[in-house]
Amino acid sequence: MDTLILEPSLYTVKAVLIMDNDGERLYAKYYDDTYPTVKEQKAFEKNIFNKTHRTDSEIALLEGLTVVYKSNIDLYFYVIGSSHENELMLMSVLNCLFDSLSQMLRKNVEKRALLENMEGLFLAVDEIVDGGVILESDPQTGGSPCCSEGR
Amino acid sequence: MIKKFDKKDEESGSGSNPFQHLEKSAVLQEARLFNETPINPRKCLHILTKIIYLLNQGEHFGTTEATEAFFAMTRLFQSNDQTLRRMCYLTIKEMANISEDVIIVTSSLTKDMTGKEDVYRGPAIRALCRITDTTMLQAIERYMKQAIVDKVPSVSSSALVSSLHMVKMSFDVVKRWVNEAQEAASSDNIMVQYHALGLLYHLRKNDRLAVTKMLNKFTKSGLKSPFAYCMMIRIASKLLEETEAGHDSPMFDFIESCLRNKHEMVVYEAASAIVHMPNCTARELAPAVSVLQLFCSSPKAALRYAAVRTLNKVAMKHPSAVTACNLDLENLITDSNRSIATLAITTLLKTGSESSVDRLMKQISSFVSEISDEFKVVVVQAISALCQKYPRKHSVMMSFLSNMLRDDGGFEYKRAIVDCIISIIEENPESKETGLAHLCEFIEDCEHTVLATKILHMLGKEGPRTPTPSKYIRFIFNRVVLESEAVRAAAVSALAKFGAQNDDLLPSVLVLMQRCMMDSDDEVRDRATFYMNVLQQKQKALNAAYIFNGLSVSVPGLEKTLHQYTLEPSEKPFDMKTVPLATAPITEQKTEIAPVATSKLPERLAPSRQDIYQEQLAAIPEFQGLGPLFKSSEPVQLTEAETEYVVRCIKHTFANHMIFQFDCTNTLNDQLLQRVQVQMEPSESYEVLHNVPAPNLPYSQPNSCYSLVRLPEDDPTAVSCTFSCTMKYLVRDCDPNTGDPEDDGYDDEYVLEDLEVTVADHIQKVLKPNFGAAWEEIGDELEKEETFALATVRTLDEAVNNIISFLGMQPCERSDKVPENKNSHVLFLAGVFRGGHDVLVRARLALADGVTMQVTVRSTDENVVDVILASVG
Repeated sequence: MDTLILEPSLYTVKAVLIMDNDGERLYAKYYDDTYPTVKEQKAFEKNIFNKTHRTDSEIALLEGLTVVYKSNIDLYFYVIGSSHENELMLMSVLNCLFDSLSQMLRKNVEKRALLENMEGLFLAVDEIVDGGVILESDPQTGGSPCCSEGR
Repeated sequence: MIKKFDKKDEESGSGSNPFQHLEKSAVLQEARLFNETPINPRKCLHILTKIIYLLNQGEHFGTTEATEAFFAMTRLFQSNDQTLRRMCYLTIKEMANISEDVIIVTSSLTKDMTGKEDVYRGPAIRALCRITDTTMLQAIERYMKQAIVDKVPSVSSSALVSSLHMVKMSFDVVKRWVNEAQEAASSDNIMVQYHALGLLYHLRKNDRLAVTKMLNKFTKSGLKSPFAYCMMIRIASKLLEETEAGHDSPMFDFIESCLRNKHEMVVYEAASAIVHMPNCTARELAPAVSVLQLFCSSPKAALRYAAVRTLNKVAMKHPSAVTACNLDLENLITDSNRSIATLAITTLLKTGSESSVDRLMKQISSFVSEISDEFKVVVVQAISALCQKYPRKHSVMMSFLSNMLRDDGGFEYKRAIVDCIISIIEENPESKETGLAHLCEFIEDCEHTVLATKILHMLGKEGPRTPTPSKYIRFIFNRVVLESEAVRAAAVSALAKFGAQNDDLLPSVLVLMQRCMMDSDDEVRDRATFYMNVLQQKQKALNAAYIFNGLSVSVPGLEKTLHQYTLEPSEKPFDMKTVPLATAPITEQKTEIAPVATSKLPERLAPSRQDIYQEQLAAIPEFQGLGPLFKSSEPVQLTEAETEYVVRCIKHTFANHMIFQFDCTNTLNDQLLQRVQVQMEPSESYEVLHNVPAPNLPYSQPNSCYSLVRLPEDDPTAVSCTFSCTMKYLVRDCDPNTGDPEDDGYDDEYVLEDLEVTVADHIQKVLKPNFGAAWEEIGDELEKEETFALATVRTLDEAVNNIISFLGMQPCERSDKVPENKNSHVLFLAGVFRGGHDVLVRARLALADGVTMQVTVRSTDENVVDVILASVG
């Protein structure tokens, strides 16, 4: 907990993760080198899953990073940022992602539906965050191109 | 293909993953389907999805197979299916680093980027920029510029963000697009504005004037995008910090006005920025704090978390500013999000009153087992700060801490607790017994060697001074029997301290030592035998030297001197006095609880400053034969700042000589100085023997010259002296650009400030952990005492600080801290005088009407005692 003034930058998101209710990775995109190897990534994912899947809170500080998350039926969505980052910005990314998927899957945000629509997921995330920069925050524009075509 | 997977699904029941049993080689085989015509979009899409899924799971693709798959994928550009095309773009990005020759898709992407389908243009730009290098970038520069100012927001955003990614690679090219970015910044679309501002800042961030102009322009014209506002707030904060502008500047006003923005994100960013500013007054903080207070009752957990976390930071520096929020914080204690509850409690601990401490501690203990290690450490830190604030509450906190010690937790967590308990014990003598008891209980079952040895060391230091030391012996001896080698060795040392300090325990300790001599480990046996022998002598002086106060010499210095000794055959035994003392006084267990570090660096024994100087001086032939370097002072400036020549002096003290090292810097680029030396005129009977000049002093390259001075032998009490110093040199004018000097020069001189040598230059600080034992060790044969009235000093604190800095000796037993509201104090100082003579000073201070001081000095040399007393007077 220091008093660094954040260097102004558009790079705000460190990672976007989606896990099933066993803590297994369904989707993961890391935008910087915080966890360079797959092994470290999986260890990190296991850690945050253990700490968050029992409680229903939206936000936590783990391994020195801010984690905002949301769960629905059997899916867990995470957006990770630095601990100095504006938590509400990270929440907006999480909400945009969740809402886009919700539209795409016709409100059926659960594992089976998601797996049948993986390409929609890939494209949605690609439209929302690009290389760690928030590209889109409105779920209407974020999901719609693939929404109409995906099924 | 697809049907097969569905069947598998039904067979293995619900909830299974159609991607679960994917095999990379099988999928890549399937990719051959891409070469078929006509292209079947659904099938190809599914295969591409599988490939990306595998990549996402961390599956490794070799270069050949990746390249093959990539090339196969390029065929899919023939199809017009939108989803398929966009998946192609995605595949290009994912494989950009693992496949070769990815640039073959450049023309297809360029076509799409400038084509009619708006849906393709944004993603095509982003894919293209992912595979572009500097030369190619110049080729598509025209298209990029057009894309940045395009009316379709997704195209513009994609172009701007891609430009940002490419700044690292080709800053100069992207910089040419700054006008287009400027135009995009006035867009109505909130994301385009955000991206444009971000790019503009990254391009201009080294030009502070440009950034200020940009900031002024946009704060006046207003912004539409909350993201853009957040970015502007951060830029404004950074500018405020860099220019150290006052809080009445327009930048601060802008940030403050953002507190009233309609988007919560912006309001929070502004509040956070204000809180983090280094020199905020309570009045400036007030609006930010009230906004955060409102957030505390928000239904959104993220807002509550953000608010309470920021309030916590405010409480560290301005606890009074947060007291208005106490009621809201108390409501958060029962929040379902444990992180929020913990932060709320720790903030309250910082701002609450003594009476609320009990209640708060009870609430924390009910859920501390559920919070993560990081927060547990936060709580421990808050408790540590609280203990210092309310020393009377130590028993409540101590019991809470010991409960935490018993629970599960990582090493960092346990270490934070142990450090906290130790600092309570050190600050608060009333808590000592309870604290030591808790620590003893902890080491019974502690798996961390570092912590066990630390606690044993503490027991050895503090235990013997308690009323009933015998009860600790059992705990310590159990460690000798049960634990690893390092812990056993530490336990033996601790036992020895008990034996040395308490005569009635000595026989029992000797018996236990005897048993330790049978240990299987070398170190343990060696220590046991050593201590046995020392204790059996039953001499206080020996106990003090070998058991209480450890090695005070510098370890690298010791190594070097021993090595020297082995090389030269000699009849005399090795003399410890020839080893230079440790320069940095070993600070008495100043237990500071550091935040949890994500990486731990191993500790290295770096050569100290003194060792470096010793080597440098030994390399100069004129300075051979002076003996070991006793002490080097801190650098003293002999010129003001911003003068033509900058000179600073370091005083090196030897047994009978001093070497003055003058570090000179020439700041004039049209002069070359040569044969630079400093002429010194002493005020007392110091004799300047020799000058070693610096041969060349070109512009901006520091160099050193030395003067060797002999200390007066006939008058040992003449320790202080003033030297008037003049720098003499030959100056040759030279060309400022090339540095070539002209042929002839002229002599010149430059007067420097006077240089003082004081008694502190002759004394090296030495820490004696047990001052009483050391006092007894020296004995009172050469003791002298005098009383002084300090006319100009008003408080005990001031007197203590003056003496410490004047004599240059090390305060012991934490006697440099004067307790509050006391009229008398005893200061213990220890040091070694030049020549290797130990000297100890006990100063009794009394505050009545002004400060009176009774100074008692003990040393092994009479002259030293006289010198000290004469200096104080």
